[in-house]
Amino acid sequence: MTDQTQMHETSPTTEATDNEQQESATTPTGVSDLLSESGAGMAGYNYAYLDEHTKREVRRGVLKAISLPGHQVPFASREMPLARGWGTGGIQASLSLLGPADTFKVIDQGSDESVNAANIRRLAKTTADVETTTDTTEASVIQTRHRIPEEVLTDEQILVLQVPTTDALRRVDGSDDANRRRHAHKNYSKMWVALYENVVKWDEIQISARYPAMVNGRYLMDPSPIPRWDTTKLNDADSLFLFAAGREARIYAVPPHTDVEPLAFEDRSFQVERFDESCHRCGSTDTYLTEVTGDDGVTRYACNDASFCEKRAEHPDLSKDHHLDEDDVAWGPETPDPILSDETGGEDA
Amino acid sequence: MSLLDAENVTRFYGEFEPCGDCVDLTGPTHGRNQCPDCGTVVGCADVDLDVERGEVLGIVGESGSGKSSLAEMLALDLAATAGNVEFASYDGNLLDANYEERVDLRNTNVGMVHQHVRDGLNLEFTGGGNVAESLLAAGWRNFDEIRARVRDLFEETEVPVDRMDDPTDTYSGGMQRRVQIAKAIANDPELVILDEPTTGLDVSVQARVLDMFRRIQREQDVATIVVSHDLGVVRLLADRTVVMRHGRVIESGLTDRVMEDPQREYTQTLINSVI
Ligand SMILES: Nc1ncnc2c1ncn2[C@@H]1O[C@H](COP(=O)(O)OP(=O)(O)OP(=O)(O)O)[C@@H](O)[C@H]1O
Ligand SMILES: [Mg+2]
Ligand SMILES: [Zn+2]
Repeated sequence: MTDQTQMHETSPTTEATDNEQQESATTPTGVSDLLSESGAGMAGYNYAYLDEHTKREVRRGVLKAISLPGHQVPFASREMPLARGWGTGGIQASLSLLGPADTFKVIDQGSDESVNAANIRRLAKTTADVETTTDTTEASVIQTRHRIPEEVLTDEQILVLQVPTTDALRRVDGSDDANRRRHAHKNYSKMWVALYENVVKWDEIQISARYPAMVNGRYLMDPSPIPRWDTTKLNDADSLFLFAAGREARIYAVPPHTDVEPLAFEDRSFQVERFDESCHRCGSTDTYLTEVTGDDGVTRYACNDASFCEKRAEHPDLSKDHHLDEDDVAWGPETPDPILSDETGGEDA
Repeated sequence: MSLLDAENVTRFYGEFEPCGDCVDLTGPTHGRNQCPDCGTVVGCADVDLDVERGEVLGIVGESGSGKSSLAEMLALDLAATAGNVEFASYDGNLLDANYEERVDLRNTNVGMVHQHVRDGLNLEFTGGGNVAESLLAAGWRNFDEIRARVRDLFEETEVPVDRMDDPTDTYSGGMQRRVQIAKAIANDPELVILDEPTTGLDVSVQARVLDMFRRIQREQDVATIVVSHDLGVVRLLADRTVVMRHGRVIESGLTDRVMEDPQREYTQTLINSVI
């Protein structure tokens, strides 16, 4: 398997610690092995690789997750031809949803080009006979690791997020039993104490990625290691978000038009990452940027969403909702997002 | 009406199905709290008591007499086996309150200071964080207001304010007790329950914690149940006192009367043993 560290771009604000990636880097099996073994066709494998029973089970989990927004639903996570932590939950969810009419996109930390993304895409193409794309607006199902695209998702699209750690409460208590009880009773005071102590220490809430958010006013959710920049995109969106964890065998969902509210104090509001720079490739100032070090050893800022960056490089004025009939659609920072632009919000703070 | 009116409060412990005669076969007359037939431990049984608004009720008794069992049931921390408790802020039998009602009541109406610090505080949190938890659980969401209130409560309970951002496990036993008191009174409850507020503290620290609590109790006129195996504590704080033995109340009355003119030989022995 290719060394994953190559594709890691370090963000100034995201704690990009992926233990699960490091652990599994030693595992010899991978999608690429599988693909090379089996050649072009997938003779002997069921449609979309998983057997029908497994897919039905996953879909059942998905339906349950949709009906209880933010609640973690167990599912029988299968062994996959790649180590857990490589997105086995995401792949199972994607493969259970895909049909031949779908167009599939895979993003790995903003990039369609990582080996992992390419392999997952190829697995779906080969076994489920789907079209694949790198264009966010073309895709019907998008599997992603640690990012939500910059272009607004629509009610025709499903975003499948890979999840390494399912429970937001694990930050404050390692006992899953105790945390399950807390969720059952909506008892989140321990999380609030952690936020209080965070502000005591830093005078603001210092959580970079995996920012905990209340879903539908009921369940506290770990939105997976997306940056804060992406967190508000979950709120009142048109699209369906599915969160799938293979190792922990849990699925949860944010259905369209669900309230998703990042935890914060009235006087210490939720803040997103800010960049003083613009993208050195496309000039964007309204996208999530990460530091990239070039061959010349110089570190520059670039859009993390590579496919949108490419479009912007050609059409600098392209808006994030360019593909929609409406204008000014709320979609995270630098759009008219209600969570970020209310009077206590972080937009101008 | 009293603030709290408890009848027949009973708590069994044990793995076995109670035989039905456990209460009859235990208690002071039998000199035991474990049922000889089925092995059930009768933590307490048939306890009647009432607490008026602003009043301090003392509960004394030797170790194992059922004081904590009783206190924890009244503080909504322990399920009761039987009994009926009327409480001013609750409609119905307090002992039947469901989980969410219990959480609500504990946040706003009943503050508890636990005998064992780990039951009351999260030692990895800061002292301030522990007190803030009460406010956060009651819905406070303004950081500066929470901060100011925590600081006031630290001053009120005489914990050095400059320690409020230190982990609670770096506090002395006396400070931890004070933080528990601060946490218990944070939301101005109608009833505070103190379980062994001085156990494990140096004598000089004991006196200061008790003085501090007595001042707060008088200033805020908050009804209090104080549980102690130490008659001195109860004598100092309590208007009325009940004496427990083998899980039963064996004597009750005005504290002065109970201390000066005990009706029961056991109470007499208790008093003599400390004088
Ligand atoms: N969880 C439990 N399981 C079994 N027995 C218990 C349990 N808790 C208490 N008991 C028993 O119930 C009886 C009453 O205990 P309780 O803790 O209420 O007494 P106490 O008066 O508070 O004692 P102390 O002064 O030592 O704190 C004791 O015999 C005790 O051993
Ligand atoms: Mg006790
Ligand atoms: Zn760019």
